[in-house]
Amino acid sequence: MPETIGARGEPDPSPRIEYELQLYYWMKLIRAFEDRVSRLHRQNKILGGVYSGAGQEAIVTGICAPLKDGDFVAPLHRDMGVFIMRGVAPGRLMAQLMGKETGLSRGKDSFLHGGDMEHFVFGSTSMLGSSLPVAVGAALKFKMKRDPNIAVAFFGEGASSRGDVHEAMNFAGVHKLPVLFVCENNRYAYSTPLEKQMAIEDVADRAAAYGFKGHVCSGNDLLAVLEVTERVVDKVRAGEGPALIECKTYRYRGHSEHDAALYRDKEELLEWESRDPIPRFEFYLEKKGHDIKRIRDQIDQKTHQVVQEAVDYAEQSPLPEPKEALEDLYAPPGASVTSNLNSSSNNGAR
Amino acid sequence: MEQQTYIKAINTALHEEMRRDENVFVMGEDVADLGGAFKATEGLREAFGEERVIDTPISEALIVGAGIGAAVLGMRPVVEMQFADFISCAFDQIVNMAATLRYRHGGQAACPLVVRAPSGAGVHGALFHSQNPEAWFTRVPGLKVVAPATVYDAKGLLKSAIRDGNPVVYFEHKRLYRSIKEDLPEGDFTVPIGVAEIRKEGSDLSLITYGGTLGPSLDAARIVEKEDGLGVEVLDLRTLLPLDREAILATARKTGKVLVVHEDRLTGGIGGEVAALISEHAFEDLDGPVRRVAALDTHVAFSPPLEQTILPDTNKILEAIRSLAAY
Repeated sequence: MPETIGARGEPDPSPRIEYELQLYYWMKLIRAFEDRVSRLHRQNKILGGVYSGAGQEAIVTGICAPLKDGDFVAPLHRDMGVFIMRGVAPGRLMAQLMGKETGLSRGKDSFLHGGDMEHFVFGSTSMLGSSLPVAVGAALKFKMKRDPNIAVAFFGEGASSRGDVHEAMNFAGVHKLPVLFVCENNRYAYSTPLEKQMAIEDVADRAAAYGFKGHVCSGNDLLAVLEVTERVVDKVRAGEGPALIECKTYRYRGHSEHDAALYRDKEELLEWESRDPIPRFEFYLEKKGHDIKRIRDQIDQKTHQVVQEAVDYAEQSPLPEPKEALEDLYAPPGASVTSNLNSSSNNGAR
Repeated sequence: MEQQTYIKAINTALHEEMRRDENVFVMGEDVADLGGAFKATEGLREAFGEERVIDTPISEALIVGAGIGAAVLGMRPVVEMQFADFISCAFDQIVNMAATLRYRHGGQAACPLVVRAPSGAGVHGALFHSQNPEAWFTRVPGLKVVAPATVYDAKGLLKSAIRDGNPVVYFEHKRLYRSIKEDLPEGDFTVPIGVAEIRKEGSDLSLITYGGTLGPSLDAARIVEKEDGLGVEVLDLRTLLPLDREAILATARKTGKVLVVHEDRLTGGIGGEVAALISEHAFEDLDGPVRRVAALDTHVAFSPPLEQTILPDTNKILEAIRSLAAY
């Protein structure tokens, strides 16, 4: 396994092939993490709502890989992978899920509502789509301060029905802000299918109404996501204004782990599982001459180890003290409001 | 010293804070070219340019949400709801996004955002330009809520709000904009958030109020002093979240009789919380029930006889003082 696998890196100066192997590693790590979380939930070691992003790994990997340090990312509740891709230590994520003191929110919120501003990952709320105006505000700051950064806001086709999404995109278009909107269209808003949510096929069509371009790609094809992202991100960063990438995908599991998703057709799930992004990328690697079986074994071993270490870290971490229920409500007088934001070295453990 | 109106004090505070800190910027509907529907932001665009004074579409959720996004990156946005009535359109961003932000980031993020909200009735504004929505926010941990009643506080509290590291909802009363004037010291001063102020000393009865009803309350207090020989202590809350509990309890213990007055409607208003605080912590010092004068439990209607019936005024306060004093 190349040394770069499992470490932070960008395509250059590493050869493209090493970069591709690294992307494969990230997708595998995210899937392994998601699968472990589902299992821990069944074992009652993780309580509350758990929203699996299994099947959607190519999107977070392909969108986040071309991003730079300091880019602001507002993930969805289903985007565990964003945290991993942005350098948040898997142990802290697992601790967040278990309500531990060492979690992102120090036990205050469950699952992915914790953010990590040290890595510029903004914690979402359950009001899906509400993060889009916030990401637009981050982009506004970047433009005002001539920062070379962009903001990225993830949302589902479900959230696209909300007014916040319209307000955010409209304003971003008017001011040509450096923001990338990423729609993960997984065809279901909880139980409600696409055709009951919108009268058009592509959320991306709406971008034209806001004065920027919408792009559609297969969210289950890492290379497709990566190709469009690399192209679009450069333009957004160059000041050409916002863009929307819609990634067509499918939610393997229920809305949450509590949901057996019996409202869906089994055939439909099978069909989408046959388009799983991971075997698809393995097929590509194999065609390029890699010994995929050897690589997969190595990476499975590595991801298992990383996930196990995260679980161990979380399980050994203390629960918060009861008195902490009243902590972290207010910034104390004189506290720096950007204490974690000016550091250029935000290379967290991958 | 310089005679200033309430609206001018707000405008001056914005000018001074934008000059002091380049991270302060202003955003809202019609705030740049027009200078705001009430001229609160007049001259800012000319002084600081359109990058720091931003006209927005009619998008309250965006206005607050974008303010939050800029604030977590270290900016200090002052966003305007053109009328406080419209703040309902941004309710989710304020209550769920801004107020929980630090909590859900484990204390590792801050949201130094000011939401200015021109509130209040008495200007023939009818149902959607007369509201006092402060009590929707005063039970939301993570927010601070202020409601200045004087020109001095309008300036000093706005400066404190801008310099605070937390989301602050700043309710400015429209009726006060040009109806009150004060001599203000020139230059920089602030009014601390969370500290109430005694506007008039007295030992017979306490009147606790804020915002638009401070004036009528003081008028009523002076009348009963002159006509009835009653000493009414008037406490101006100034900050509604966090409440200055010590000041509230101190005046209740001092006089034993408390009247709470606000322009917001009665049920669920801040008066209920103040009354509960007093009955919980100063019950044995009381010499009568805590009473409230507030808007009737309806919407603020348009036609003058309806509006007058609904809103508190000096006469209604006077009557309540006399009734409580006689208890």
